[in-house]
Amino acid sequence: MNSSSEQSDQNPYQPSDTGQANANSANKRSRDDAYWAKSLKIVGVILLLWAFVSLGCGILFRNLLDSFSVGGAPFGFWMAQQGSIIVFLLLLIVYMFLMNWLDREHGFGDEGKQ
Amino acid sequence: MTQEIWNFIFIGGSFALYIWIAIRSRAATTKEYYVASGGVSPFANGMATAADWMSAATFISMAGIVAASGYDASRFLMGWTGGFVLLTTLIVPYLRKFNKFTVTDFLGDRFYSNVARAVGVICAVFICMTYIMGQMRGVGIVFSRLFEIEIWLGVLIGAGIVFFYAGLGGMKGITYTQVAQYCVMVFAYTIPAIFISMLLTGNVVPQLGLIGDFTKGDADPVPLLSKLNSLNSELGFAQYTDGSLGKLDMFCITAALMCGTAGLPHVIVRFFTVKSVNAVRKSACWTLLFIAVIYLTAPTVGAFARTNLLSEVNGASYAAAPDWLKNWEKRSLIAWADKNGDGKIQHFGGGVDAEGKPLKAPVFENKKGWMARNDGAQPPADLVFSAKPIYAERETESGPRPLKNVLADNDNEFYYDKDILVMANPEMAGLPMWVIALVMAGCVAAALSTAAGLLLVLSTSISHDLMKKIVSPSMSDSQEVMWARGASFAFLAIAAYFGINPPSDFVAKTVAFAFGLAASSFFPTILMGIFSKRINREGAICGMVAGIALTLGYIIYFQFIAGHTNYILGISPEGIGFFGMLLNFAVAFLVSYMTPAPPQEIVEMVQRIRNPQDAGTATHE
Repeated sequence: MNSSSEQSDQNPYQPSDTGQANANSANKRSRDDAYWAKSLKIVGVILLLWAFVSLGCGILFRNLLDSFSVGGAPFGFWMAQQGSIIVFLLLLIVYMFLMNWLDREHGFGDEGKQ
Repeated sequence: MTQEIWNFIFIGGSFALYIWIAIRSRAATTKEYYVASGGVSPFANGMATAADWMSAATFISMAGIVAASGYDASRFLMGWTGGFVLLTTLIVPYLRKFNKFTVTDFLGDRFYSNVARAVGVICAVFICMTYIMGQMRGVGIVFSRLFEIEIWLGVLIGAGIVFFYAGLGGMKGITYTQVAQYCVMVFAYTIPAIFISMLLTGNVVPQLGLIGDFTKGDADPVPLLSKLNSLNSELGFAQYTDGSLGKLDMFCITAALMCGTAGLPHVIVRFFTVKSVNAVRKSACWTLLFIAVIYLTAPTVGAFARTNLLSEVNGASYAAAPDWLKNWEKRSLIAWADKNGDGKIQHFGGGVDAEGKPLKAPVFENKKGWMARNDGAQPPADLVFSAKPIYAERETESGPRPLKNVLADNDNEFYYDKDILVMANPEMAGLPMWVIALVMAGCVAAALSTAAGLLLVLSTSISHDLMKKIVSPSMSDSQEVMWARGASFAFLAIAAYFGINPPSDFVAKTVAFAFGLAASSFFPTILMGIFSKRINREGAICGMVAGIALTLGYIIYFQFIAGHTNYILGISPEGIGFFGMLLNFAVAFLVSYMTPAPPQEIVEMVQRIRNPQDAGTATHE
């Protein structure tokens, strides 16, 4: 969404005199912001692919793709009926791994062990 | 053993299982009632969510819709699965971190307003009520067909069971019964499909049947879909792989179904029951996997059923017709009118018009068609016009059931209800009786699991969002659970009433409402609440109201008032939710930037829910 404009709306570094506490919270804040920026990228890429396979391959470019075939089915038709569902599942699995990796990168990884 | 005994064993057995689970997991506190204490494993929650999501309509009708409309039905296949990608990446991890009991809680807190909360309550109640009526009707119909009892008795039995485990057990009772129900459903759906797949394509994995070859009989194997296309065009039906909907309409409907799915409260709250944000992501993968097993089977079942029907019905003599045809005629879902009196069943489509668009050839005449044939004269009062067969009393037990309908002036003689394509599938393939009983138990499980999930959202909307948060915040925990039980009883009574007396085809038409409403209210508003810190109370409320007004206005106008289908830009009411959503976004941003920014503590809250750490378990405050 419009995260870049929001960040300029408000100053994350509150004016303060000195102190470890403030430095810590500013640190934490910038770590959170970096985490958020990266997770937006991951979500953006996943959703781009999501829209491409379903609304794109299944509907908009369907006639184009029907000249190819999967087994005995025209490719565009198959994408609309089965292919996109398989891609959705793969996308969610990739999303899970990427986000878990991102959590660990930013030190949020200890949480949620099953 | 007869079929009736098998039915009793399977349905009675599954009911006993559900009740046993419910008794073992009664809820005493609000935490147990609303989120099953928050300790459900991602795997179990995945199964439960899949069962929650797949309703009686999905289970019974979807393959039939695919069979009847081919490519056009892809909007449901993609829409109802693709929504989970939106749900997982945009909604549930953050709402789980937010850590409250209900979806409406988020609206109320994030937009610091009881008006937003109240709009949320109204939407949640409306969406869930529409749905649950259809579920109760579904249970009633299955029961009445199975045990030859009245529909009202079937509805009451279903409502009683649901109240017992959902009303009393809350989320705790629902979760594990839904796990059991998913298991019943998945076997009931795939076992007949495997048998039929082997019969038609020689392939053990039914999901692969769609791209496989048709190998039945002595003919050389041809791809199943080519076989189906040529059968269709021989008989004057539209090609199976062609669509009749416009591209823009198809796009909007699919998008609206996807966004609607991501905004359905009964699906979102299921993810509040797992331990952490990490577990939410894992659970979403399991959910989509479990759903995909059935959704990948549906298009193959549809294609198989259509192939079977077209190749076996047309030209068959009624006297030598297979048993399943007569069985389902007995249950009023098949009708045959011997228009040319040759004793054989003719099943034709209407061919294509000058532009190559397929024409319909209904067996029965409607009033408009009759007047067109008779130079606009008013038909006599004793003529029966109905798209569905109206049977007359018959004198003898054998032979086709006589019909009262006025017959249309075409060669098509065979009427079938789309629902039989799943329910009669095992009989068409000549499968053993226990498989048929299993399919029936699956239908009931599908209806009950969804009804239970909906009932939970309905009852918590009243007990938590309305009573506790708006009317009387000083209420104690046990009082709140009492309110929840009372509300679920009241809602079930209303749903059962409409299940017994459905307001004509109102229910079918209002399903478009449910998705359109979720797509134009909950989904965009929650999304903005998480991804923007600038959206404020005024923006969110105006956005929701504008989105709902456009969607409801358009649906009500074209479904109930207009009486014609000259849609604006060719967008059908099913797809208008997509535009309602865009309007919601636009209005919300515009109004937000013209009014003061939200207070600092709200910005802090948004900051907090974006960080996945320490989700804890859902709480009251």
